[in-house]
Amino acid sequence: MSIDLKTIKHISKLSRISVDEKKAEKLAGDLNSIFDFIEKLNELKTDNVEPLTSVAETTLKLRPDEVKSKNLREQVIKNSPKENEDYFVVPKVIE
Amino acid sequence: MSDITKQSLSELVENIKSKKLSSSEVTKAFVERSEKSKELNVYITEDYENALNKAKTFDEKPNLDLKLPGIPMAVKDLFCTKNLRTTAGSKILNNFVPTYESTVTQNIWNEGAILVGKLNCDEFAMGSSNETSFFGNVQNPIDKNLVPGGSSGGSSSAVAAQLTPITIGTDTGGSIRQPASFTGTVGLKPTYGSCSRYGIVAFASSLDQAGPMAQNVKDCALLQEVISTYDEKDSTSIDFKRNEYSKELTKDIKGKKIGIPKEYRVDGMPKEIEDLWKKGIEYVKDCGAEIIDISLPHTNYALPTYYIVAPAEASSNLARYDGVKYGFRAEGENLIDMYEKTRSEGFGAEVQRRIMIGTYVLSSGYYDAYYLKAQKVRKLIKNDFDEAYKKVDAILTPSTPSSAFKIGEKTNDPVSMYLNDIFTVPVNLAGLPGISIPAGHDTKGYPLGLQIIGKAFDEQNILNIAYAMEEKINFKNNITDWWIK
Repeated sequence: MSIDLKTIKHISKLSRISVDEKKAEKLAGDLNSIFDFIEKLNELKTDNVEPLTSVAETTLKLRPDEVKSKNLREQVIKNSPKENEDYFVVPKVIE
Repeated sequence: MSDITKQSLSELVENIKSKKLSSSEVTKAFVERSEKSKELNVYITEDYENALNKAKTFDEKPNLDLKLPGIPMAVKDLFCTKNLRTTAGSKILNNFVPTYESTVTQNIWNEGAILVGKLNCDEFAMGSSNETSFFGNVQNPIDKNLVPGGSSGGSSSAVAAQLTPITIGTDTGGSIRQPASFTGTVGLKPTYGSCSRYGIVAFASSLDQAGPMAQNVKDCALLQEVISTYDEKDSTSIDFKRNEYSKELTKDIKGKKIGIPKEYRVDGMPKEIEDLWKKGIEYVKDCGAEIIDISLPHTNYALPTYYIVAPAEASSNLARYDGVKYGFRAEGENLIDMYEKTRSEGFGAEVQRRIMIGTYVLSSGYYDAYYLKAQKVRKLIKNDFDEAYKKVDAILTPSTPSSAFKIGEKTNDPVSMYLNDIFTVPVNLAGLPGISIPAGHDTKGYPLGLQIIGKAFDEQNILNIAYAMEEKINFKNNITDWWIK
């Protein structure tokens, strides 16, 4: 298979990573060599195999629904690159 | 005592407990050696002054019942440390100061250890040579311009160069064991669910595990005993009976059945690795263990599986870096433009590559062909191990297909870089514990490691085998302090 520039542009949009022409070409080359390597999996027949989603063979534990962390507002906002009192600030989204 | 930094963790603990050394003396010695070792570039953030103050406070009222009384320790910069910058080796977290502490590091401080600084690593732990770090290459103390392995390259280099008596790393596909192998040190990746992932910057959540990196097996066992706890803050933390690994450590491995998987004899493997493996087999036989040939038939499919599963999980985990809540932000014309520029400028090339692979294999129309397929093959790989463990107690393999390589040697070829993890990746996919111990040198004098893989939750057994082998191997690291002027 081959990943073309159009596909790279599409993935870059889904990934929210901007990509210029030069970077797109480099990425196409890298991804193609990686996917050539990944194609090896097609040698295996896996129709009747159950997918493994977790190696930890336990069911998730239940716990009482209690609030344990309180008044974290300051901590939550502390590392924000831009804030206004209690809010995260982003570029205007509604005209 | 002039040679404080040459002492192992166990020796330092003993000397502090018997009051032959104070925490201040020990901390000062490691800080001074670290200051002389800037050329290795192991630290991203130094916290020397706080460390010396904490050591002083410890000495004023020393609690000598603790397991790591007043022991200075630097840790991989993937663990969130409260009020001390945590970058994950990335520009995007360059200014991130956590307001909380990871469970694993909290366990360490609870036993009396003192944080000295944060160690360099590949960006978001994605790499096998520490070359993807935003904060630059790390030098391997074994030789100039040699990579220390990765992603825990700052950690392996710091332990080998004796800048910290012991440390912790994280291992998603080999990131503890491969750097340990490249630097002549010991590294343990515990069973998935053994050490809490709470407060560790996430890479691939179904594979990530924290573990100890040390100068010897006994130190490694002691730290594992400290960091492995059940934690309700990590939903995949497992509540099982944990051993007192260092107390229960024994060299008696008589009658243990050790499996040798034929599929690990890969094409093009250097003869010196094959010879090292044979030597390892002789050592375990000398210890009274029994060697059994086994087969892990899907070994060759582990790396392709890993390079679907890990990037898929990473693309999802790293979606949180959007320039809004924390970390680096690039200004944009609108919200989407701000996201795209932030991520394009904030992430390095390898991280972007993996996010793109992950996004692609999870995208509409490709999910079944790639991600679901990989999960099915992952099941086959785990089945291989389950089958093998009906016949054996542990498995012995080389840790890596080569010794450490030069900085820049593999950066242009991602696939050749990925092949480094060929022997370590299957262990993560199956969620098993694995330990790398130094076992010899290649013709260039660079260290080579052997890996012992255990059953799930059987850390004690592989630590015991490693402990018995360590005595027979009697490995000595050739470190000349070339970087100290």
